Amino acid sequence: MKVRLAAGIRAAMVEHAYRCHPEEACGLFAGPSGVDIAKVYPTTNALHSSTNYTIEPKEHLQAIRDADASGWEIVGTFHSHPHTVGYPSVTDVTLAPDPSWLYILVGMEDYDSPTVRAFRIRDGEITEEELEFEENDQ
Amino acid sequence: MTTINLPTILRQHTGGAKKITASGRTIGEVFAAIGNEYPKLGEQLTNPEGGLPVFVNVFLEDEDIRYLDGLDTEVEDDADITILPAVAGGR
Repeated sequence: MKVRLAAGIRAAMVEHAYRCHPEEACGLFAGPSGVDIAKVYPTTNALHSSTNYTIEPKEHLQAIRDADASGWEIVGTFHSHPHTVGYPSVTDVTLAPDPSWLYILVGMEDYDSPTVRAFRIRDGEITEEELEFEENDQ
Repeated sequence: MTTINLPTILRQHTGGAKKITASGRTIGEVFAAIGNEYPKLGEQLTNPEGGLPVFVNVFLEDEDIRYLDGLDTEVEDDADITILPAVAGGR
């Protein structure tokens, strides 16, 4: 099943990835279900690192409360790989917090043409998901 | 009773409940009470040394308990606790 991203979400992730570069950017998604992403929350990388990220916990709390007010759940997370391909690393797989979540990677191996790909990570297995972007958000 | 808000990953231990309630004078006592009612959930809330697991964040209202007194942080009876998984990764 395709994962639908509401308008502006892809652009917001890529913009955050550029803003944080050369550090890894990160954030969370909310929506009514794991295949319907309605809102993105760009967050601070508490590690300020180009090779690792940790979402600032207080911003995670704020995202949960904001999502809850709309009747949504946090259904996934995104982060960037500032210099490498947008595919989950061994660390990403090991630390993936929730098998029901969607994991989106912004790959900046080609800085001028970042990729946006989505994955499920369950029991150490990576499965790519097809993304459906709303019009004008390619 | 203290209200505890759970992330999706932990709701498998509460029959899908998003919020549960428990009593205790400190966060540690609240977690012990949770462990009595939901043993699998209780196992996720403390490490073998009796401390807070590295990949679990706990907020009492708006404050991260790591910056308070950790599991010894005192709670009001009508307090609101939120448990979050740490979200992390790397290249």
